[in-house]
Amino acid sequence: MKTPMRATEVLDREFLEIRARLIDIAAALDRIDRAEGPVGGDTRLELIRHAVQILAGATPHRAEGVQSLFSLPYQDDWRKGYGL
Amino acid sequence: MYFFDPHIHMAARTTDDFRAMAKAGCVVVGEPAFWMGYNRSGTNSFYDYFRQLTEWEPKRAANYGIRHFCWMGVNAKEAEDVGFSREVIALLPEFLERPNCLGIGEIGLHKCTRNEVTTLLELVELGMKTGEQLLFHTPHLEDKYKGTRMILDVLRTDSRVDRSRVCIDHCEEHTIRPVLEEGYWAGITLYPTTKATPQRAADMVEIYGPERMLVNSSADWGPSDPLAVVEFMFAMRRRGHGESLIRRLVYDNPLKFFSQSRNFHFTPPQTT
Repeated sequence: MKTPMRATEVLDREFLEIRARLIDIAAALDRIDRAEGPVGGDTRLELIRHAVQILAGATPHRAEGVQSLFSLPYQDDWRKGYGL
Repeated sequence: MYFFDPHIHMAARTTDDFRAMAKAGCVVVGEPAFWMGYNRSGTNSFYDYFRQLTEWEPKRAANYGIRHFCWMGVNAKEAEDVGFSREVIALLPEFLERPNCLGIGEIGLHKCTRNEVTTLLELVELGMKTGEQLLFHTPHLEDKYKGTRMILDVLRTDSRVDRSRVCIDHCEEHTIRPVLEEGYWAGITLYPTTKATPQRAADMVEIYGPERMLVNSSADWGPSDPLAVVEFMFAMRRRGHGESLIRRLVYDNPLKFFSQSRNFHFTPPQTT
């Protein structure tokens, strides 16, 4: 289904919202840095960094990509493990 | 424009919300049985809750001109206790015959454990025996993709399941495609932080089309918006989508889906 708005119209409409959310994310990361104690090995930070890379990339379906990044893996032989 | 909210927990909301929803054009709500925020202590607690959904909430809704329908089931969080779940499942047949009951829901998975799957299989079995529509809850956050795929696996192996009478709810960007491709209804829930926004729901409609799509608020006892479906309508209008498409998503589609339940009797409001 076609999106009624042109790309330039979407960008015009969304730019300030995107900007605000990016600043929110940047500020949250700064907040982590300013807080006491180490978080160096926390895999959640790696996930966040990887997510930011997805955003910066040119591959479409970024939302789906970020969702998948934050998802537990699915194994199609799960029934065997559960004896069901 | 009249609309349905096909998945909302009005038992957790005040009459202020019924009033606001009615003023905004809501004519029907669908309320699945769910987790109250902590695990219930016994079957009597479930029995009283089922009475609330089938006796009291329809009366509260009617005061505002809203038809209230419900779904009966054991929610995914409490499904981990299989023995207790079986006791609750034994209560369900009585309530499935109530005049506002649409079917079995919201059932599904939470942490995708073996016990949850065992309870789920027994709920689906009951649904197939009594010819019910089914409404599935898919897990939150990191468990959603895995849980959705597991639910689809369970349903795929049961040839009795009529996919046109099943809604897989709380779909998001990474789960909606398999749900639609396998012929189910896809519910998109407009709920802060853990589920979709009106904008992302509008994106999914643009990508996948309106066929078999439902949108809902799932507003409950947490921070949530009983007017989320209205926000979705607004988001669609702002993008330039037409009224007939919007109406299809918030009225025609849920009407079509609910109409497959033997207990769904609804006279649409007159427009002239």
